Amino acid sequence: MNPTITAFLYLASGVCFIMALRGLSSPDSARKGNRFGMIGMLIAVATTVALPQVQSYSMIIGGIVLGGAIGTVLALRIQMTALPQLVAAFHSLVGLAACFVAAAAYFNPEAYGIGQRGAIHAGSLIEMGLGLAIGAITFTGSIIAFGKLQGLISGKPVVFPGQHFVNLALGLGMVALIAAMVMTNSDNMFWGVFAIALILGILIIIPIGGADMPVVVSMLNSYSGWAACGIGFTLGNPLLIITGALVGASGAILSYIMCKGMNRSFFNVILGGFGGEDAASPVGGAGGDRSVKQGSAEDAAFIMENADSVVIVPGYGMAVAQAQHALREMGDILKARGVTVRYAIHPVAGRMPGHMNVLLAEANVPYEDVLELEEINRDFAQTDVAFVIGANDVTNPAAKTDPTSPIYGMPILDVELAKTVLFIKRSMASGYAGVDNEVFFRDNTMMLFGDAKKMCEEVVQSLD
Amino acid sequence: MSMSTVTEATGKMAVSAGVDPLVFGITVLVLACFVGYYVVWSVTSALHSPLMGVTNAISSVIIVGALIAAGPTESNFAQIMGFVAVVLASVNIFGGFIVTERMLAMFKGKGSKK
Repeated sequence: MNPTITAFLYLASGVCFIMALRGLSSPDSARKGNRFGMIGMLIAVATTVALPQVQSYSMIIGGIVLGGAIGTVLALRIQMTALPQLVAAFHSLVGLAACFVAAAAYFNPEAYGIGQRGAIHAGSLIEMGLGLAIGAITFTGSIIAFGKLQGLISGKPVVFPGQHFVNLALGLGMVALIAAMVMTNSDNMFWGVFAIALILGILIIIPIGGADMPVVVSMLNSYSGWAACGIGFTLGNPLLIITGALVGASGAILSYIMCKGMNRSFFNVILGGFGGEDAASPVGGAGGDRSVKQGSAEDAAFIMENADSVVIVPGYGMAVAQAQHALREMGDILKARGVTVRYAIHPVAGRMPGHMNVLLAEANVPYEDVLELEEINRDFAQTDVAFVIGANDVTNPAAKTDPTSPIYGMPILDVELAKTVLFIKRSMASGYAGVDNEVFFRDNTMMLFGDAKKMCEEVVQSLD
Repeated sequence: MSMSTVTEATGKMAVSAGVDPLVFGITVLVLACFVGYYVVWSVTSALHSPLMGVTNAISSVIIVGALIAAGPTESNFAQIMGFVAVVLASVNIFGGFIVTERMLAMFKGKGSKK
């Protein structure tokens, strides 16, 4: 095929990808956007397969059918509550694929027109080294993130003395090896870069705690984009550069939004250790001897039935208990009784950006009823009941009042301003940040101890 | 903010660029970063999970590099690497788009009933 036509087809594909992201500006246009993405990918693959270098199709067709079947089954089977794990697993695959492409280019540079085996252009080697390194870090980092999200490894941060020093030394060593690879074009250096990057990926993610995973997942999303970018430079393919930059920017912005939602700097999250043993000592002191008001599902049903407005605040606990369907049922009954029911979502609720929105959407909650922190926060003062289900730190007023608190400065949902606060919790254990929540002890708070899903079902029964 | 003007501009650059490919690549990268920045900020926060799904799918466009590696008729080490990369990227492409589609299908307004 004419190289000019190829270039334009790649451009068309890049435009489709931009349209795919653009479509996500509203739920109405989002599905159209996703179709654009599929079309863009189809164009990219078809254009590449039509290139003169590509002559044998058996491996390609076999690979796409095999990979496609695995991907389809995974995507159709996965439960929406397990979405963060799935996304982390997918990121690891992108990273690994980038490594393999880098290896293919390294061992058969003629196919890509970047020099001969053993004598690859220096510029291409630098780009290849970067793509390989970022790809490998994304691969192992995502596997650790997957393990933490899936509960295969402890969500607790793993810290050891001199950790940052080790990471820094490894990072510098990796850069030195890339330089050596560029100068000598030696296979050992190539594998050396790969090995160090794999180790670095593990070490970067292990000190980061479970609830900081929204930042980690976004960050790895960003890395996978930059890996694609590096490969794009190696192959001199603008489509890969465009797409890599889009994905890289997307992940970076999501990380920024998540960090802002916790009022923490990106470096504070990345350096890790938050929510570990150190932070677990309650700052407010003896919370145990103070009394809380405890209620039953019947009490909760009675209070909400007689309210005018209820705002539901879901958190990760709702996802763990799979309570979203029971919750929506409860909301529907209340609505049918003339109660205004809305949902308030904190930016860092859940384990990935937008996690709660997807779960509520899965339970058929209309998206108009689901509001963001800025949209709903000033309404709490006029709200009769705030119904907190599986959230804790994001409602803790210590973030505003206690400068010594680890979460001080974090934007919170002002549930304590509502006339009554109903708080579903399994126990009195403190939240992820290890801080007691002042709201538990307020006069207008009633604690509902139990499993979130069971509690919602009991409230529904009492309402009937 | 018109996205098409920006991409048209990069397209023209491709034709007129007789310069070092690296400079051309950096030009594309910088412009794409700006496009990405504005487009992603326009994504509603309710759809941040689908955003991750779709970016995950499109980042697998590195399949392009894998296809070239897997394409030659004679078998070699690079071809095996290419094949594995094709499989991995395909898992992502299909998985990413399908899971995004599943998520988006659930977002319904009050008007739409199903």
